[in-house]
Amino acid sequence: MNILDIIGPVMVGPSSSHTAGAARIGQITRKLFGEEVTEAKIYLHGSFLATGKGHGTDRALVAGLMGLNVDDRRIPDSFELAAERGMKFEFGAVNLQNGHPNSVKLEVSGASGRKLEVVGISVGGGRVRISEIDGLRADFSGEAPTLVVFNEDKPGCVVRVSLKLGLAGINIATMQVYRDARGGHAVMVIEVDQKVPDDCIKDLESENGIEKVTYLCMED
Amino acid sequence: MYESLGDICSRAEEKKITFWEVILEDDCVERQLEREASFAQMKTMYLAMKDADASYDPALESRSGLTGRDGGKMEQYVNGGDTLCGDFIGRVMEKAVKMGESNACMKRIVAAPTAGACGVVPAVLLAMQDKYGFTDEKMTEALYVAAGIGGVIASRAFIAGAQGGCQAEIGSASSMAAGAAVYLRGGDAKAISHAAAMAMKNLLGLVCDPVAGLVEVPCVKRNVSGAVVALAAADMALAGVYSRIEPDEVIDAMREVGLSMPACMRETSEGGLAATPTGIRAKERLQ
Repeated sequence: MNILDIIGPVMVGPSSSHTAGAARIGQITRKLFGEEVTEAKIYLHGSFLATGKGHGTDRALVAGLMGLNVDDRRIPDSFELAAERGMKFEFGAVNLQNGHPNSVKLEVSGASGRKLEVVGISVGGGRVRISEIDGLRADFSGEAPTLVVFNEDKPGCVVRVSLKLGLAGINIATMQVYRDARGGHAVMVIEVDQKVPDDCIKDLESENGIEKVTYLCMED
Repeated sequence: MYESLGDICSRAEEKKITFWEVILEDDCVERQLEREASFAQMKTMYLAMKDADASYDPALESRSGLTGRDGGKMEQYVNGGDTLCGDFIGRVMEKAVKMGESNACMKRIVAAPTAGACGVVPAVLLAMQDKYGFTDEKMTEALYVAAGIGGVIASRAFIAGAQGGCQAEIGSASSMAAGAAVYLRGGDAKAISHAAAMAMKNLLGLVCDPVAGLVEVPCVKRNVSGAVVALAAADMALAGVYSRIEPDEVIDAMREVGLSMPACMRETSEGGLAATPTGIRAKERLQ
């Protein structure tokens, strides 16, 4: 937290958690997805479900999924904008286990046929955390440049990724490692201090045992 | 961010600089920025507040229908020149209502420290700029003062209604505005801290009880009370009146009060105004 979390953000109202946070979760999901969202299923949990409509949580999420910022004046009209752009969306309810009251599960797909599933939570003041990606646990805010590396759960993946980053002069700020089952799929969530260049990401993806690398930098 | 108003005052005295410069220097260290870059960002926030005030639409209503059209009524009433509180306080109240309504109606505002309390700081600052003709740069300095106070409150207590009730939102905003107002009128760091403390003391215990869970009733009008209390506290501090309880201890008391509040008084909409027959009817109508 810094002083611009106290005075700020500039945002479309009415609620930093239910409106700005929701837009931000949508926007992070869009960036993680890496292509335009053509279809979205949006499942609201807890307070997002109970008071989301009155707070414009629904419209903010759709706006975020189209890449709109939390201060974009088009947020209240995002449904109409989505219709213009041909983006389909539907809402549902979900009861997430151990879910934070302000949580949402997003299932998005794009023209390429790819899909992504994200669970996001709005922790207050417009700040958010992503708590799940494609069914695997995670925990990051998107405030720092973040790499999400999906890999086979085999020895050596972590050291190969950290070595590549080190050689590219990129410092790791935090690193989390999660997996679904021993020897199955795993995910590394790496928050870094510097922006990661495209060739470095391609290089990581070519590594043995690495399935997919997603890069998130909200400043771009 | 600083965790103590006392530490900010000591730093200001030690380095012979003002309250706002202490906050600016700390921000530069924390976010690894040049002074100019930090200042430009804070100025953007002030200009966004001005823009939000100027963009008020008197015909606007919120989607729930619970909010709207009161800003225009206040403006007309104050234009009549015959308010009980006088022209200046009248303008402050008008701006607070307008900003609160704009927020409820999904317009662009600046959270300060939250969206629900977004009317307090700009109502005080914009009205003071109109009255005294301060430059935008001077107003930006005042915003650093507000941010510094808010940072201490966020560190020692909380700024979310769900955690500490409305005292944590409107109370914090009022505290921030009071300190900023004292700075603009030439008060020193001690007077700034004590104005912040006196504003908070006057709003201690305020519960968060939004009707139907929406940032509308009573949030919009509480922005008015937060702004008026801020100016009253600022005037006391400028008169040399100080809080008998140390400012940092007042913030700690706000935390204690917040922690002892039952859940129904912390944004769950299960108590207070939300649980009145009218409040419940509004909720049912919206479901």
